[in-house]
Amino acid sequence: MVQPHQSPARSVFASLVLIAVIIGCGAAAFAYTAGWFSPHRLTPNQLVDAFTPPDGHPPLGHRRNHAKGICFTGVFEANGAGSALSHAQVFARGQYPALGRLNLGTPDPNAPDATVRVRGMGLQISTPDGQEWRTAMINPPIFAVSTPQAFYELLLASGSKDPNAMKTFAAAHPEIAAFGAWANSAPWTGSYAEERYNGLNSFVFSDGSGTDHIVRWSLLPAAQPVPVPPDDLAKRGPDFLEQDITQRVRGAPQRWTMVVTVANPGDTTADPSKAWPPDRRTVDVGTLVVQQIEPEPDGPCRDINFDPTVLPSGVRTSDDPFPAARSAAYAKSYDRRTAEAKDYPRTAPDTRP
Amino acid sequence: MMWHRQRFTLPHRALHWFMAVCILAMLFIGVGMESTIKPTYLTLVSIHKPLGIAILVLALLRLVVRLLSGAPPLPADLPGPMKLGAYLSHYALYALMIGMPLIGWGMLSAASYPVVLFGGVHLPPILPPSDSLHTLLWDAHFCLAFAFFALILLHVAAALFHALIRRDGVFQAMASVSSEVAPAE
Repeated sequence: MVQPHQSPARSVFASLVLIAVIIGCGAAAFAYTAGWFSPHRLTPNQLVDAFTPPDGHPPLGHRRNHAKGICFTGVFEANGAGSALSHAQVFARGQYPALGRLNLGTPDPNAPDATVRVRGMGLQISTPDGQEWRTAMINPPIFAVSTPQAFYELLLASGSKDPNAMKTFAAAHPEIAAFGAWANSAPWTGSYAEERYNGLNSFVFSDGSGTDHIVRWSLLPAAQPVPVPPDDLAKRGPDFLEQDITQRVRGAPQRWTMVVTVANPGDTTADPSKAWPPDRRTVDVGTLVVQQIEPEPDGPCRDINFDPTVLPSGVRTSDDPFPAARSAAYAKSYDRRTAEAKDYPRTAPDTRP
Repeated sequence: MMWHRQRFTLPHRALHWFMAVCILAMLFIGVGMESTIKPTYLTLVSIHKPLGIAILVLALLRLVVRLLSGAPPLPADLPGPMKLGAYLSHYALYALMIGMPLIGWGMLSAASYPVVLFGGVHLPPILPPSDSLHTLLWDAHFCLAFAFFALILLHVAAALFHALIRRDGVFQAMASVSSEVAPAE
């Protein structure tokens, strides 16, 4: 406690100054923490803004990326082998309800299917212990860039009017060459069911004895991939992927095997643009069985944020910086699209699950 | 009887100062996590949720303590508008201490996000999934966070005004540590 001994007038003035300084410092510290003095700090809002299409109009009511998609429900049949890696209930032998979304890596919810190179799957598996595992995977075998900051710069470069922007970016981020090679050479398929979906980011599994294993996971299709030239796909109509998966699942459930790959000590775990050597230990942990397809407007995946950091106990994030960045950006995308729900109306009165 | 009138009870003072630290941390964590995509984002979010629930529990406990043990009266010579300001700001602070965690919990529930506390303990949803509820509660959580911080600044300024300028014992009613009564000046 300050006990001033000066004359009252000076004391009051000094006290007022002191109070103003304390309050000012508090407010300034708050503003600093909020990033108001740090325009170069990459915020979730900036990252999401970078997905805005060149015409300046984001897809109101839709996800800001992977905007086009279709819902599915089914089960995850765990075979029990994953329990050697993680004590999460989802790996204990059994069947657990699964909910997901097959999607295209584009901010345009009306993009013709044949125009989008990257296909993805969002997946949520729930277990009786009340835990959830959410993941969002894509079909390229590696990610385009090494860091979230580089990904942001890639979005800016690809949306830039400067004709040399991409060249400059590629020179600064040579890791993008591997992704470019995949995009140019990997065969296209005519079905979501024929795609392999890769988690790409590394996570840490903790087994029952408390030992950690750094892993990545993928879903390998049971359906045999049939390469189709993109020009032929373009003739199948703008929504051929959605029509195809709807028909296939109506005929029979579609399956993917979930494969967990375990890193060796010394493997790069923080960089999803670097594949691990092919001889790494893999464990088949179960099968995703997709039993029903539902259009997104009234489907159960519509209001799910497939935030890759929603993890069951027994799985946690690693030193890979992407899941945190994705979580922050997905939440922002979710906040925006739910606030715009009137721009993407449901077609049925109330079909909420 | 005099000291009951001049100071808050020890449990109340302890709760006040402990919660002051928690709430300030909570508000800084809140704006901090909204400002970054770095891995600290996840760390901050993982503290924000359980700390919010802890504040809710403490605030309810404090409300009970406050209702049972009361508060020392404000100085009789305090001008009316200041008295009114004190009453209103204290009501608002209690409303925010209890309301903000509930709004946050409800907002996560409406978005179908799991509410995970330390040790992987999950809280049940308190609202059904809903776009409109999520948006309403998100906006409220955001705006009220800034209102809460502004109110705390005002509260600190008023406390220092009592301590340094009026020296009327109001500050000591909450700030004194000793078990003896601080003399009213």
